[in-house]
Amino acid sequence: MSEHLSKQFDSELDSIRAHVTRMGGLVEEQLLGALNAFGESNQELSKLIVERDKGVDEMEMAIDTACANIVVRRQPTAIDLRMVMAVSKAVTDLERIGDEAKKIAKTTRKIIERGSGGCLTQILQVRHMGEQTATMLREVLDAFVRLDFAAAASIVRRDKEVDQHFRAVVRQLITYMMEDPRTISTALDVIFIAKSIERVGDHCKNIAEDVIYIAKGRDVRHLGLKGLAREMGAE
Amino acid sequence: MNPSHSPIPISALPVKAEVRDFNFHYGAFHALKDITMPLCERKVTALIGPSGCGKSTLLRSFNRMHDLYAGNRYGGEIILHPDQTNLLDPRVDPIEVRMRLSMVFQKPNPFPKSIYENVIYGQRVRGVTKRSLLDDKAEEALRAAALWNEVKHRLHDMAFALSGGQQQRLCIARALATDPEILLFDEPTSALDPIVTASIEELITELKEKVTILIVTHNMQQAARVSDFTAYMYLGELIEFGYTDEIFIKPRDKRTEDYITGRFG
Repeated sequence: MSEHLSKQFDSELDSIRAHVTRMGGLVEEQLLGALNAFGESNQELSKLIVERDKGVDEMEMAIDTACANIVVRRQPTAIDLRMVMAVSKAVTDLERIGDEAKKIAKTTRKIIERGSGGCLTQILQVRHMGEQTATMLREVLDAFVRLDFAAAASIVRRDKEVDQHFRAVVRQLITYMMEDPRTISTALDVIFIAKSIERVGDHCKNIAEDVIYIAKGRDVRHLGLKGLAREMGAE
Repeated sequence: MNPSHSPIPISALPVKAEVRDFNFHYGAFHALKDITMPLCERKVTALIGPSGCGKSTLLRSFNRMHDLYAGNRYGGEIILHPDQTNLLDPRVDPIEVRMRLSMVFQKPNPFPKSIYENVIYGQRVRGVTKRSLLDDKAEEALRAAALWNEVKHRLHDMAFALSGGQQQRLCIARALATDPEILLFDEPTSALDPIVTASIEELITELKEKVTILIVTHNMQQAARVSDFTAYMYLGELIEFGYTDEIFIKPRDKRTEDYITGRFG
């Protein structure tokens, strides 16, 4: 994208993009940390994740304020407008991914403190889901930086797989609970964690849709995969 | 707010006027090149573009304002519906054209007459002399221009006694008093302060209930605020025409995007 006549406007937009990337990096660290804390039953790490969530919240508010300032001062149009609108939405999703990481960390602490059901934290499907959503998050942040709508579209499509994994996890945990009712408390906690991971996938999908909106000017929410394919083909 | 995702296609809307393959020359200078666009009925269409792009030339062509200068040449047609009159046809009387398409200029330009005489000037040109008819027309036009309450007790004061914003609304009233089908606005608020500008913009939105409006503006935000359709012109060409929302959110042409976002071309 060529530069504005106003250099100041360029630097304001650049600064917003840089802040989103930084916030994305922080949220990614939080998610990976929370998943590790859960996988390794690491009490210290879970504590750290919960404490660091404040930083994510602060970045969300700072970026939102910067967006409001640009709207007021510059009355952005076309791609600039779409960028500001989409960033304002994307940071909400990033903040919520941060919240999910915090929830995973908190629930992990509960499981560790209860001190039973260690085997449940080793369920392969949960780890799979975790890795999958962490990859989605990293890729959607990349797609945002490069305004790569094709990559964004592939992330939207992949969210379905995360949902399938989640259902598989629930089925697996139900069998544990039926076999041994003493595992119920922990199994429920693991379901909550899996649900949090599944929500991270949803938020990544939302951000991917924002990237498509910025890059193509098309609103692809609520279209389903067929509708998405149609919109991506159209120009 | 229009909940529907895709707006009605422009071609499906009723059309008040159509510019067809329109070209204009100032002597050897080819100022407008193959312009084709509709004016949708009772909608506001904004012409935007950098200085010298030809937007005012196009607006003035509707009113045959280039007629008097030797060397100016029109090509193509501007068709007025429903009677399919080609406004550019030399057999069409420009005075009659100007009764049907009224113009409001950048700077308020009241005649050196009373408020009342300004408003009914067009009626007098038409030969209307009956006092009650003229009074009714004056009141109707002044009300439509949102000026009546401010001037009803001093209709016979000189128009120059009014403030700038009032003078501009007087010019709008004068333009309305001939019951035009199209109102042409040539940067109608660029000489006015923001509050008065807001009141004129409000008035434009009210007027489109009755008339079709074409407005030239240098203020892109004004185009975004008041218009239903926007045409972006550059170097005498019509680059892009479409729904204002689409032009300002997702223009199709890179040149439009560069202009409205304030980028180097």
